[in-house]
Amino acid sequence: MAQMTMIQAITDAMRNELKNNEDVLVFGEDVGKNGGVFRATEGLQKEFGEDRVFDTPLAESGIGGLAIGLGLTGFRPVMEIQFFGFVFEVFDSVAGQMNRLRYRTGGKQYAPITVRSPFGGGVKTPEMHADSLEGLMAQTPGLKVVIPSTPYDAKGLLISAIRDNDPVVYLEHMKLYRSFRGEVPEEEYTIPLGKADVKREGKDLTIVTYGAMVHASLKAAEELEKENIDVEVIDLRTISPLDIDTIIESVNKTNRAIVVQEAQKQAGIAANVVAEITERAILSLEAPVLRVAAPDTIYPFAAAEDDWIPDYNGIIETAKKVIEF
Amino acid sequence: MSTKTLEQVESQFETFQILNEEGEVVNEAAVPDLKDEELQELMRRMVYTRILDQRAISLNRQGRLGFYAPVAGQEASMLGSHFALDSKDWILPGYRDIPQILYHGLPLHQAFLWSRGHFGGGQFPDGLNIMVPQIIIGAQIVQTAGVALGLKRKGKENIAITYTGDGGASQGDFYEGMNFAGAYNAPAVFVVQNNRFAISVPVEKQSAAKTIAQKAVAAGIEGIQVDGMDVLAVYVATKEARERALAGEGPTLIETLTYRYGPHTMAGDDPTRYRSSELDDEWTKKDPLVRFRKFLEGKGLWSEEQENEVVEKAKEEIKEAIKKADAAPKQKVTDLIGFMFEELPHNLREQMEEYTAKESK
Repeated sequence: MAQMTMIQAITDAMRNELKNNEDVLVFGEDVGKNGGVFRATEGLQKEFGEDRVFDTPLAESGIGGLAIGLGLTGFRPVMEIQFFGFVFEVFDSVAGQMNRLRYRTGGKQYAPITVRSPFGGGVKTPEMHADSLEGLMAQTPGLKVVIPSTPYDAKGLLISAIRDNDPVVYLEHMKLYRSFRGEVPEEEYTIPLGKADVKREGKDLTIVTYGAMVHASLKAAEELEKENIDVEVIDLRTISPLDIDTIIESVNKTNRAIVVQEAQKQAGIAANVVAEITERAILSLEAPVLRVAAPDTIYPFAAAEDDWIPDYNGIIETAKKVIEF
Repeated sequence: MSTKTLEQVESQFETFQILNEEGEVVNEAAVPDLKDEELQELMRRMVYTRILDQRAISLNRQGRLGFYAPVAGQEASMLGSHFALDSKDWILPGYRDIPQILYHGLPLHQAFLWSRGHFGGGQFPDGLNIMVPQIIIGAQIVQTAGVALGLKRKGKENIAITYTGDGGASQGDFYEGMNFAGAYNAPAVFVVQNNRFAISVPVEKQSAAKTIAQKAVAAGIEGIQVDGMDVLAVYVATKEARERALAGEGPTLIETLTYRYGPHTMAGDDPTRYRSSELDDEWTKKDPLVRFRKFLEGKGLWSEEQENEVVEKAKEEIKEAIKKADAAPKQKVTDLIGFMFEELPHNLREQMEEYTAKESK
């Protein structure tokens, strides 16, 4: 076991896979010699060579096309989009091409591509860096969407993503990159995609969440414990497809739930979780399933982030509303 | 001063031609070293494709085909370029580029299934290096850069070739794909079939550039403008581009000047709304079949009898292919679910059960 930050765990996963399979390629803007704008690919080009880890011209759409073409010729591309706000430039490649390849060829061709990209607020980035756009991806048939919240999950999920023979969008929350260290095995391991993790067990209320909101929810749970409210926190880890069984099992136990996301209320995937719970466990519910989400505005100017991003106070407030319903 | 630079650039992109409209060789030095049988095969393919186009249009009108983008007029551009390829080269076609993938090995009935909207159209025979015809104009260009880089990294002696139209050259992906291939010195050939119209919009409204070939300059790669109604010129330009790519001399942009005699697609487009009959007549005189037929007849390599044989064979095979397409099993929702992922996620497993139950009723 080693103590790693999430970004170190991500680098470690890529190193493992570059070593494990010579068809794995890592590429994007500044991922080579520079080691990535967040050092996620630090040292990888030096260790594996320019043929395996390389820079691209500055054009996201080109990067997506490159990944699809390399996938067709037998490689396993791990492409980076420098910030997920730039996904619009490559939307067709991700949501119009790689996600459809297996389907449009009736299973003959496929896209074993991992799209890595940082996102998330709280670090005062300029425009279009921090936006939570995972909802767009989750609405796209043919994609899996993974969002880790801990160093341990980050490594196991990234190895699984790279080994998956279908495209996986792997979103890395910038605020979680270096905010804490966690135990990460040095050897390889995988975490199945589509599998949630109960980060805290409880019996009074279920919080379903992902990304940076996992930590805000855990903090809220600690506060609520002081008031004798026992909260279960489910970290989805994969937001598409959802781990329905884990969610429903928890709701059937606690009979109350809230869904917490950093994205705007009209975005993200909270509405989808609410609908699933309503369809499958309405008879267990003692109260409506409420959502904690950001206001439906454009992502805030940097100096307004603290007032805009949902935090643990908002989670506590909503949790109490459901408890006291 | 800037005008002078522009003139200098444009003067680098004169149209490359070998055969004139009368089928006479106007560029003896460039005549390719093709055997008599190869020349005849080229003619057979062009005639076959012309018949296929006529039949596809009428089958579409009878409702026996779906989406169809006519190709008459572009036979030299499509088949001359394809003739320069190796059987293991990759083709990333646009939606009009069915003839190239047919001659690369796609069974005709699968092309018909694709037209109708049946998954069988994309289930290529194993080892056939093509993609499904691309509907998103430009996407095939960035993907070609990736396939070409992949071939290079795998040490293959093969190239990736892709096709788009004059309108497609205005897309961002068109530029990005060429620029990526250039930056990686990847073995790619980009063909722009300039048939002068993107649906109703004439090429003059796409760009102030006098040629599309000169857009290669922006990517720092070779560009050439070719008479796209001259099958020998298209063949030679593609062959040379292929050889340069494999010699590590980088990708090439080939602009073929061509024309579609028919509408943009069979989905209700009416070219008389935007194209003059004078322009149609002018390009009818340039018909690639007429010109090549004259050339071959001059060499004693082609006769009416030979041509009729091709026509009959085409009609026969088209009939067979349509029959085979008719026999394809009707698509089920469970088929579609099954093609989504290697391993079905939770939601699709549930829906698979639901539709399996429905379909077994």
